[in-house]
Amino acid sequence: MSWVHLMIVLPLLFAVLIPLLYKAFPRIHTGWFVLVVPVVIFGYLATYLPMLANGETALYEIPWIPYLDINFTVFVDGLGLIFALIISGIGALVIIYSIYYLSKAREALHNFYVYLMMFMGAMLGVVLSDNMIVLYLFWELTSISSFLLIAYWYQRKQSRFGAQKAMLITVLGGFAMLASIIMIHNITGTFSIREVIAQSDLLVQHDLFLPAMLLLLLGAFTKSAQFPFHIWLPDAMEAPTPISAYLHSATMVKAGIYLVARFTPAFGGTPEWFWIVTFVGLFTLIWGSLNAVKQRDLKGLLAFSTISQLGLIMSLLGMGSAALYFNPGDQGVQLHAYAVLAAVFHLINHSTFKGSLFMVVGIVDHETGTRDMRKLGGLMTIMPVSFTLAVIGSLSMAGLPPFNGFISKEMFFTGTLNAANLDIFNMATYGAIIPIVAWVASVFTFIYSIILVYRTFLGKYQPERLEKKAHEAPLGMLIPPSILGFLVLAIFFFPNVIGDYALKPMVASIIPSAAGVFDDYTISWWHGFVPELFMTMAVVALGLILFATLNRWIGLYNHMPQWMHLNNWFKHGLSGMERGSHKVIDWHMTGYIRDYLMYIFITIILIVGGSYFMLNDFTLYTDNLASINLFEIVLALVLLGSTVLVMATRSRLTAVVSVGVLGYVVALFFIILRAPDLALTQLAIETVSVALYLLCFYHLPKLKGRGEEEGEKFKVGNFIIALGIGSLVTLLALSVNGYNLFEPISTYYGDSYDLAGAANMVNAILADFRAFDTFLEIFVVAIAALGVYALVRLRLEKRGGTDESQ
Amino acid sequence: MKVNDVILQTVTKIVVFIIFTFAFYLFFAGHHDTGGGFIGGLMAASALVLLYLSYDIDTISKAIPINYRTLIGVGVSVSTLTGIGSILLGYPFLSHTFEYVDFPFFGEIELATSVLFEFGVLFTVVGGTLTIILSISEDV
Repeated sequence: MSWVHLMIVLPLLFAVLIPLLYKAFPRIHTGWFVLVVPVVIFGYLATYLPMLANGETALYEIPWIPYLDINFTVFVDGLGLIFALIISGIGALVIIYSIYYLSKAREALHNFYVYLMMFMGAMLGVVLSDNMIVLYLFWELTSISSFLLIAYWYQRKQSRFGAQKAMLITVLGGFAMLASIIMIHNITGTFSIREVIAQSDLLVQHDLFLPAMLLLLLGAFTKSAQFPFHIWLPDAMEAPTPISAYLHSATMVKAGIYLVARFTPAFGGTPEWFWIVTFVGLFTLIWGSLNAVKQRDLKGLLAFSTISQLGLIMSLLGMGSAALYFNPGDQGVQLHAYAVLAAVFHLINHSTFKGSLFMVVGIVDHETGTRDMRKLGGLMTIMPVSFTLAVIGSLSMAGLPPFNGFISKEMFFTGTLNAANLDIFNMATYGAIIPIVAWVASVFTFIYSIILVYRTFLGKYQPERLEKKAHEAPLGMLIPPSILGFLVLAIFFFPNVIGDYALKPMVASIIPSAAGVFDDYTISWWHGFVPELFMTMAVVALGLILFATLNRWIGLYNHMPQWMHLNNWFKHGLSGMERGSHKVIDWHMTGYIRDYLMYIFITIILIVGGSYFMLNDFTLYTDNLASINLFEIVLALVLLGSTVLVMATRSRLTAVVSVGVLGYVVALFFIILRAPDLALTQLAIETVSVALYLLCFYHLPKLKGRGEEEGEKFKVGNFIIALGIGSLVTLLALSVNGYNLFEPISTYYGDSYDLAGAANMVNAILADFRAFDTFLEIFVVAIAALGVYALVRLRLEKRGGTDESQ
Repeated sequence: MKVNDVILQTVTKIVVFIIFTFAFYLFFAGHHDTGGGFIGGLMAASALVLLYLSYDIDTISKAIPINYRTLIGVGVSVSTLTGIGSILLGYPFLSHTFEYVDFPFFGEIELATSVLFEFGVLFTVVGGTLTIILSISEDV
């Protein structure tokens, strides 16, 4: 047990206290108590920063299920710790913001903070766990708590829909990830990520490498809203805005990024990983930015912008993984690890500016009552602080100086240009696509960033279309986005503080061979007149032109073909699955016992007959057969005749009597096969059952339009199945007859007189040797008798027509 | 109109005793010859059914005031107790034993605990069969 363990479970433990605090102190907003938790966590974890800057890591372990190799192992390295700091830091800001955002009087605050603390603890667990199973546990906990948070206003239909959608998609990915973890365990024999990384050579050569990788990426892509799994994120915007800011911009959607980064040393350096991660990221980048432009809802725009930015980070991680292809010390390592540096830098930057943008949008929503950009406008003079923060966030998102987004955008361009010049993995042919796609996406990023500011704060103020009279937000709501806005600027001017303490340890975790290559590298916002700078200038120029002519071409979005709307795919897929399963159930669950019997018999024929056929085990043995005498032949003929009569007769009475005949012939068989006890019992039982049949027959209801003497119609299907079962059982009996694998144990019972003092061997077996069977048989008789008694006497319902048959 | 079935009833009076004797024989013969608790029980039940057929349920219920559901309970309990008895004596459940005892006047007779077990079977079968038949016939 270490302090880091305590930091992970602290939010979960504190969640238990929240309802008590909520009840005990109704006058104080519960959020103030909760705020302590992330502040403590942030403060404690920050003490690890100097250690990481020295290139050291820390490992703490608590045994959980040691014999399954599942231990609560905490691994503090650059990647995990910076994520944990983002989670707790932005968590603290979000809690401050939520204190002012959520009304104490109207909202169920205890629920909100319990879910939020669950999420925070789960997220810390994801990023700090070294054991993959524990990671998966926390991973699912983030899905569940995110589900609860999205549906926080569960009275709204849209909230429930969004929560369900997010749940289905992320849990799908979670299960895929679990499958991948199990495969990785099968290959490497360990659940520890560090040990898996140490065995990455073994991993990438194994047959299961590709499936394990694909399933792991499925988990990462669904969580991080990569194409085509991004569709849950815009619908998750139904959550309260603090949640959107926290979960859906800064933390949970980066869990997939974290996963990809964490497993890059294990899977990276292979062409499959490079191609999939890079191109899914790039496609998500451009798809998200294209779709963000057409949004009319502020949070919708931010959601697609988040998708796009996540794609950017993902593609950078993909490009950076190429560094693992080279040997340590190679020129290629530094060249391509640069992309990873850009990725983690943008990851931090994105958390700052996107968090602040969400908070600003929440303020606008809170103070005007709408998020629809068509109703908003001219808020600049009314809400000057929010406007300033929005400008800082948007321009950083667009990648302009003097904001931190500029630096990471430049680094992104550098990374794409480096990747385009790769001479491995077939990049020579298609490499040029990467910078072009990145550049086009940046143009659209620029456009929607401008739209965000322009439509909300500039233009004409339309008070008649707003639900509330707009005014500036209270100070408490402005402080958290201001801190983030300040960070946006601070990182731009002093990027190397972040660089030394955060980025370099992170790169060292993701690309171990790159540890040290950036030691004397400094991030600078001015890097001379290089292609990247001209690319940015072109972005701004084209972006401004396109924005000015926005109304001319925005209509193009309406011509987007129907099949490109992925939500329709999801909706139709879901309802199609429901309809399909309905159809399947309706088709085979007919409610007729006749049909179910048919399935059972067909299954028996297929499985038993099929396996016998495949084993080629139908054999006929003739050497141990007894001779047949005339008496047996006659009895067999009578048996056959009465059987045919039972089936062929159109009269129920004939059938009952024929069954009686059958029973008595069987008794006769018992006699000639020398089983007097059986014969006696068979005679008596047959008499009783025929009497009961006759009783039923007498009370059978008269069917409408059919005479009493209505037989069963001949059906070819039934005939074939009956024939199949009959011949199968016959063949089995004949085949089994030939086997005599063991000495029969009946010789032992032959001594029954000495052993049990009984000359009747059958009786000795029933009452002595195997009395336990008999013991339970009499229970069967007792239960049957009491059952009949209960059925007859205890008729709670009114007598129905069919009930009379008893 | 009441049917006068004096012949049936008279014959029944005689035959029932024969059947009972046969059932008694089958039960005790079971240890060494064909028979046993199950078939003995069925035979005894058939004698009782014959009584119910010849007379009516009320008459016989007065004459033989046995609750057959209680009989089931008695039978199951007897069989279970023979099993538990062997546990109390330190043997596995349902271990049976036998002994030859020299009785005055009867001579040497074999006494076996499995016969006690069979008593339970007999009672259960008689009780069960008659419960089924009587509850159905009372319902109709």
